[in-house]
Amino acid sequence: MSLVEVTDLTVGFGSLRAVDGLSFDLDKGAALALVGESGSGKSTVAGALLGLHRGTGARVGGTVRVAGTDVQEATEQELRRLRGAKAAMVFQDPLSSLDPYYAIGDQIAEVYRVHTRASRRAARARAVEVLDRVGIPDAARRARSRPHEFSGGMRQRALIAMALACEPDLLIADEPTTALDVTVQAQILDLLHTLRTETGMGLLLVTHDVGVAAESVDEVLVMRHGRAVEHGPVGTVLAAPREPYTRELLDAVPRVDARRTGSPATDEIVLEATGLRREFGRGKRAFAAVDDVSLTVRRGETLGVVGESGSGKTTLGRMLVGLLEPTAGGIRYAGEPHTGVNPAVQMVFQDPVSSLNPRRSVGESIADPLRARGERGEGAEERIRARVTELLERVGLEGAHHDRYPHEFSGGQRQRIGIARALAADPRVIVCDEPVSALDVTTQAQVVALLGELQRELGLALVFIAHDLAVVRQVSDRLAVMRRGRLVEYGPADEVYDSPREAYTRQLLAAVPALDPELAARRRAARGEPAAA
Amino acid sequence: MSGFGGFLLRRAVGTVITLLAISVIVYVVFYVTPGDVAQITCGPRCSPEQVRQVAAQLHLGDPLYVRYWHFLQGLFAGQDFSTGTSVEHCAAPCLGQSYQTGQQVLDIILGKLPVSLSLVLGAMVLWLALGVGTGVLSAWRRGRVSERVLTAITLAGTATPVFVIGLVLMIVVCGELQLLPFPQYVAFTDDPEQWAWNLLLPWLSLALIEAATFARLTRAAMLETLAEDHVRTFRAYGVGERAIVGRHALRGAFAPVIALNANNVGSAVGGAVLTETLFGLPGIGQELVHAVKVVDLPVVVGMVLVIAFFVVLANAVADVLYAVADRRVVLA
Repeated sequence: MSLVEVTDLTVGFGSLRAVDGLSFDLDKGAALALVGESGSGKSTVAGALLGLHRGTGARVGGTVRVAGTDVQEATEQELRRLRGAKAAMVFQDPLSSLDPYYAIGDQIAEVYRVHTRASRRAARARAVEVLDRVGIPDAARRARSRPHEFSGGMRQRALIAMALACEPDLLIADEPTTALDVTVQAQILDLLHTLRTETGMGLLLVTHDVGVAAESVDEVLVMRHGRAVEHGPVGTVLAAPREPYTRELLDAVPRVDARRTGSPATDEIVLEATGLRREFGRGKRAFAAVDDVSLTVRRGETLGVVGESGSGKTTLGRMLVGLLEPTAGGIRYAGEPHTGVNPAVQMVFQDPVSSLNPRRSVGESIADPLRARGERGEGAEERIRARVTELLERVGLEGAHHDRYPHEFSGGQRQRIGIARALAADPRVIVCDEPVSALDVTTQAQVVALLGELQRELGLALVFIAHDLAVVRQVSDRLAVMRRGRLVEYGPADEVYDSPREAYTRQLLAAVPALDPELAARRRAARGEPAAA
Repeated sequence: MSGFGGFLLRRAVGTVITLLAISVIVYVVFYVTPGDVAQITCGPRCSPEQVRQVAAQLHLGDPLYVRYWHFLQGLFAGQDFSTGTSVEHCAAPCLGQSYQTGQQVLDIILGKLPVSLSLVLGAMVLWLALGVGTGVLSAWRRGRVSERVLTAITLAGTATPVFVIGLVLMIVVCGELQLLPFPQYVAFTDDPEQWAWNLLLPWLSLALIEAATFARLTRAAMLETLAEDHVRTFRAYGVGERAIVGRHALRGAFAPVIALNANNVGSAVGGAVLTETLFGLPGIGQELVHAVKVVDLPVVVGMVLVIAFFVVLANAVADVLYAVADRRVVLA
């Protein structure tokens, strides 16, 4: 009997069918990845394995058997005995998935005590043991820490420790590395791999990232609109996909070894930063988020800025557009020193949801820069409306979308609106702060293509800030690698990617998931088991 | 808890500045208030000559800043008052002398304060127990009939004025059932048992009103926490609903309850006038209303300062509790 048997599973929320007739099996000790874009229903499947849709109003049909329990038919008590003990789940966002008020060790102990008759003391000891197992240094002491005292990678390790506490037969990991930096992602994936080989538990990995799947599983199930598109061994599906959708998905995945094609870069310097430094906090708590960064941006080129979280990328971007005052150093625009906000330098933000006012129509949001520039007087309203319509069409939306509100658009469309707003002021430089990291790979590719087109047509200079090295490679002419506020490597993109001088850059590049499972296995062997980040 | 001493010091300095600012405002407000203070103080049968004497004795003719300066002097250095025949010394911190009775304001306040504190602190225990308890129950039984009944009761509680609840309680408990005598204040130091029995009804009426707010706040905060990701984690690990509501969701309601409680306790010290009047409790609120009526400036200033002090104190305590409850909070 298989560990997991899913037959003809359907899950509906209201009029929406999130999962539509899905069937698959997972044997003991095997690993399967559910891969798909957002809205494909993959996380809904993961929830259904633990009966998490019960009581939420969702309609669940078909049968789900996990470790001998019929999840649909089980009583509340039987379900609770399954959850955590036989099948444990690791969630995407490790910060919000832990209770902020309790010590991490106590939270793990609480789960352990639900499933065993262990004493408080024994449960605490078990918590320390599993924390130690997932590579938390000084586990006995750190078990008393609250989640906010852990780094992102350590929090994800703590969640995995919680999953391990009762030695489950099945580990369900729902986007376990999406919120993490690439080097930390590699460590967590390695950890999952080691634990699987050691304990023989089955792994169901839910991910939108084909690279993550290639690193971690034996089999892949590609999902779209709640249905299975393609199911097979990971090597076969990734190397020789049968279905057009799978191919499309794979083509959209940015490759870290693909060079940028056709650059319209010139030698004309539009933006120049010298010795930029920005401190936060005062007195003993002061630290420099950006420290002595000098760089130039030329007309028509793209400068990529990469680095892990906390490296100062966003602070740098905000200083470049004048949203933050530098503590030291200065910015020259077109050769002249410039302070404060400059209409010719615009910004596109990471989160297209929160960077648009939900209570105003998108037309009004795009019109803001025009009004700020002092567009008024007779016929101003008509002129603004015409310009907004033109901008909407320019970014691939319809002029008729003018009066709609942000929630009526998809993530990719919202990012297009953000770009239209940045274009409204006729900028010469656009600083894009993680413009595509909240988007699916196919949407990502479309937005990247749009930025490239605009650059060629308008001679724009782009500063492209991202943590995803493959995306940055796709778009950049030159590259700046940041670490702890400093520029560690800076030069032509191809040179930095193909022959990095700095050890840190090499480390970053080695952590990028490979699409080839064999290559991934070789790299993993080379990395060995890592310590906690 | 690093920097706790610094926190206390900053708070203390802030409190003194706040209180001084409040005293200035009260002085100005009373200075510009129309009405002949000397006439009111002296009484309706005084002759104009007597009224002039009173005005001179109370320094009512002095400009505002001179009178305020005297007040400050008294506060920090003490003051002497002539009562016609003898000179009375009022040691720092001297809040002055009542225009009406010639009593020292501090003595008046110290006489009333135990009554107000007894009422408020006792009621607080009840309203926290009733309010948070009801809130937890309705969060746990959300969507069921029992929750709707609880919600209706708490709504009725918020909507009923204190004198209605108090009167009904008194009529039923003391009048009809004769379970308790009609309340009469007995000092805790005289007879703790009688103190509690006599205050029981005032506590209940004040607490019933406040409890409703706490119940709704607790319920809302818990429902918000129940929708958070970490609750989903514990559900997915087989933790039962009781532990989820009692441990994880309740903890999320701590901060808002602490904050609201600080404000309510602070303001109830001087603001429970209706309850005090209804039950005949000689507390701060009643005295303050009387002092305002007869324009007894020193008493009003003193009372207002004491009330403000308790509001500030309650909020400082809340900040410390915040930091203890949630380690992410840094005292500053």
